[in-house]
Amino acid sequence: MPEETVGLPELPKKERMKIPRHPMPEQKPEERVRNFSEVALGYTAELAMMEAQRCLQCEKPLCVQGCPVEIDIPAFVDLIRQGKFKEAVAKIKETNTLPAICGRVCPQEDQCEMVCVLTKKYTPVAIGRLERFVADLEREAGEIEMPHCAPPTGHKVAVIGSGPAGLTCAADLARLGHQVTIFEALHKTGGVLVYGIPEFRLPKAIVDYEVENLKRMGVEIRTGFVVGKTATVEELFWEYGYDAVFFGTGAGLPAFLGIPGEQFIGVLSANEFLTRVNLMRAYDFPNYDTPVRLGRRVAVVGAGNVAMDCLRCAKRLGAQEVICIYRRTRAESPARKEELERAEEEFIDFRWLSAPLEIYGNEEGFVTGMRIQRMELGEPDASGRRRPVPIPGSEYDIEVDTVIVAIGQSPNPLATRATPGLELNRHGCIVVDQQTMMSSIPGVFAGGDIVTGAATVILAMGAGKTAARGIHEWLGKLERGEVSKPTWPR
Amino acid sequence: MFPIIAKEAIAPGFWRFVVGAPEIARKHRPGQFVMVLLHERGERIPLTIAHSDPVAGTITLVVQEVGKTTMEMGTFPVGSELQAVVGPLGTPTHIERVGTVVCVGGGAGIAPLLPIAADMKAAGNRVYSILGGRTKELVILREEMAAVSDEIFFTTDDGSFGRKGLVTHALADLIAERGKPDLVVAIGPAIMMKVVSDLTRKDAIPTLVSLNSIMIDGTGMCGCCRVDVGGQTKFVCVDGPEFDGHKVDFDLLIKRLRAFLPQEQEARQRFLAQHRCRALEGASHA
Ligand SMILES: Cc1cc2nc3c(=O)[nH]c(=O)nc-3n(C[C@H](O)[C@H](O)[C@H](O)COP(=O)(O)OP(=O)(O)OC[C@H]3O[C@@H](n4cnc5c(N)ncnc54)[C@H](O)[C@@H]3O)c2cc1C
Ligand code: SF4
Ligand code: FES
Repeated sequence: MPEETVGLPELPKKERMKIPRHPMPEQKPEERVRNFSEVALGYTAELAMMEAQRCLQCEKPLCVQGCPVEIDIPAFVDLIRQGKFKEAVAKIKETNTLPAICGRVCPQEDQCEMVCVLTKKYTPVAIGRLERFVADLEREAGEIEMPHCAPPTGHKVAVIGSGPAGLTCAADLARLGHQVTIFEALHKTGGVLVYGIPEFRLPKAIVDYEVENLKRMGVEIRTGFVVGKTATVEELFWEYGYDAVFFGTGAGLPAFLGIPGEQFIGVLSANEFLTRVNLMRAYDFPNYDTPVRLGRRVAVVGAGNVAMDCLRCAKRLGAQEVICIYRRTRAESPARKEELERAEEEFIDFRWLSAPLEIYGNEEGFVTGMRIQRMELGEPDASGRRRPVPIPGSEYDIEVDTVIVAIGQSPNPLATRATPGLELNRHGCIVVDQQTMMSSIPGVFAGGDIVTGAATVILAMGAGKTAARGIHEWLGKLERGEVSKPTWPR
Repeated sequence: MFPIIAKEAIAPGFWRFVVGAPEIARKHRPGQFVMVLLHERGERIPLTIAHSDPVAGTITLVVQEVGKTTMEMGTFPVGSELQAVVGPLGTPTHIERVGTVVCVGGGAGIAPLLPIAADMKAAGNRVYSILGGRTKELVILREEMAAVSDEIFFTTDDGSFGRKGLVTHALADLIAERGKPDLVVAIGPAIMMKVVSDLTRKDAIPTLVSLNSIMIDGTGMCGCCRVDVGGQTKFVCVDGPEFDGHKVDFDLLIKRLRAFLPQEQEARQRFLAQHRCRALEGASHA
């Protein structure tokens, strides 16, 4: 990383406010819908410093309160302004282990950037883009400093799942001197970061890089190991000799619509579609062996991040018409704002206030069309959002070859079901103590989507960190004989 | 990485692999399967475990060359490695003493039937087996199945071995001669399981079938393996692979198995073309 970048001067506050937010260079829509390369190209050093110059350096920075892991945002932004990029990354990494990832996928507009004081009258400091810029610079320079690991404690911890929760928990535990093994069911490491979020939004090389760093810290990774099948949690404790177990198994179970016609070929869950495309690289069939078939017209039901990823992958795979079906309005779309805007630029046909009623198919069992119901907003529901209600007689049919269902995921019960005594809530999420992230079974911890239901990368990371502290304390107690490893009745 | 420890051609187009996978071998119960990924660019395919040896730390997989991946697997020599073998997945067969069990197997389905028949026998059941295939050579594992059966019957389409006809003919005769069995376990091509289930439904004979749907993860995460069982959507990889044959919507299953037919054919053609070239190259260098 360049040591001697000349920084920019501090400007008077009045002048800082006059500078407009700097856009980030991106691939043009016409171009990018024909490739899977990253859409956003990232700030240059000049752009980054100019953007950093906009920060007011608030005494009581609201942005920090908006950040789930409380990054010292004004501090790192000011270091960027001064051209001290290395120090800036170090500052971020005090609380966030995966800045290159978070800078790309965090919903900044609902977090730090939403509450930035500049947001009200002007536009917020581009905190996410700055975070991404320094993290990329560090990675590309190959100068990542390995965090210092404490001397070995002799304790072994099993981390189940290699998504953001598992990766963060493993990193923090390794730093504390514990011997960590990550058990991952799939053949690649990264959870949703590799099987869900597409290459054009989060290049897999970035995730691989973080995983390599973990390995260098001494974390062992066992892929293709399904806890609950290859071994149970009880066996991890008593046959594999682990002293604590962390569940970071995510929310991987797909929801279906429950409407007629869902069994037709060409109706697939977002998970199936994204796994084929991202994990198995079906976009490069037949160079890779996994196929995907879409046809000309693709409808995606839902309008969250998962739906945006499906829409945009379908477009890139060559579908001529890609339609988004969502029963609420654009304002209620839970997707990251930047991705929604990019999807809109990518020629996606958004049908707001539309709900699928039925899917049609032909004799051979293939999807041919779909019946759609128009909706309008009625009274607010329990969540405060206005409830969509059907407009009678507004049904209409569209022709489609593929329907992708992206209406949510819930926890996969494979591992929890094989762990007797583990308390779950009615959604199948593991119940934990919020301070320590310990479950109803002593020594068994959990965090991320398996606790909250489908949420965000940063919340999963935060939970992984909290759990690492909880596990560390518990291991101390174990050492002092105050607690013992859990047992299961035979 | 999972080493191939032994490999044997057991019939034209059928390979038996012994693969080092100690953890899977230890946990395997009859009826379970593994997901196999040959290499970085491969696809994930389900293969039922035909046998496991917890002491040696090995599992046995019987593979019929039907598509690109299974053909490519056939080229893997002893000493080479499979990138991923994940499992044991699926719900094990419920083995209990019910009285008389008829095990009906066809094609590659005979391989997963073997450990079930063996355990059914060990549990104290009387086991009759009916194995079928197009021609004699394609009726695999004949001796192995005979060893765990009280009586065994064979059928071939061309009459080259055993009785000429389908397994259902032999099953109907068996029921007529010996009375209703307490359980039928049928594993084979979807169409075979369908006709067996249709036959036993009339006499209300409990019938277990093991479904072979298309899978990706094998852990319940994608839903591409879903089938309709008694009007409910079930995931074959976690809720199955065994189901009540009388409740399975086989027509739907058969349609869904064809979902990627054009792509499968393309991959197969490409593989064959490349492979023939390589074989020719090899020959010219020799
Ligand atoms: C397509 C998509 C796009 C998204 N986009 C965004 C975004 O832009 N921004 C954002 O903040 N969030 C986004 N999210 C949500 C975010 O990815 C998740 O909240 C986050 O990944 C949860 O992390 P986790 O570690 O809890 O679980 P996951 O990332 O789900 O990882 C769980 C891991 O555990 C493994 N596992 C499960 N069961 C077992 C078992 N029995 N044995 C071994 N391993 C097991 C799984 O294979 C998986 O690898 C998106 C989600 C999806 C699906
Ligand atoms: S709230 Fe905005 S202006 Fe204030 S410190 Fe944070 S980023 Fe800078
Ligand atoms: S194979 Fe993915 S859910 Fe069964």
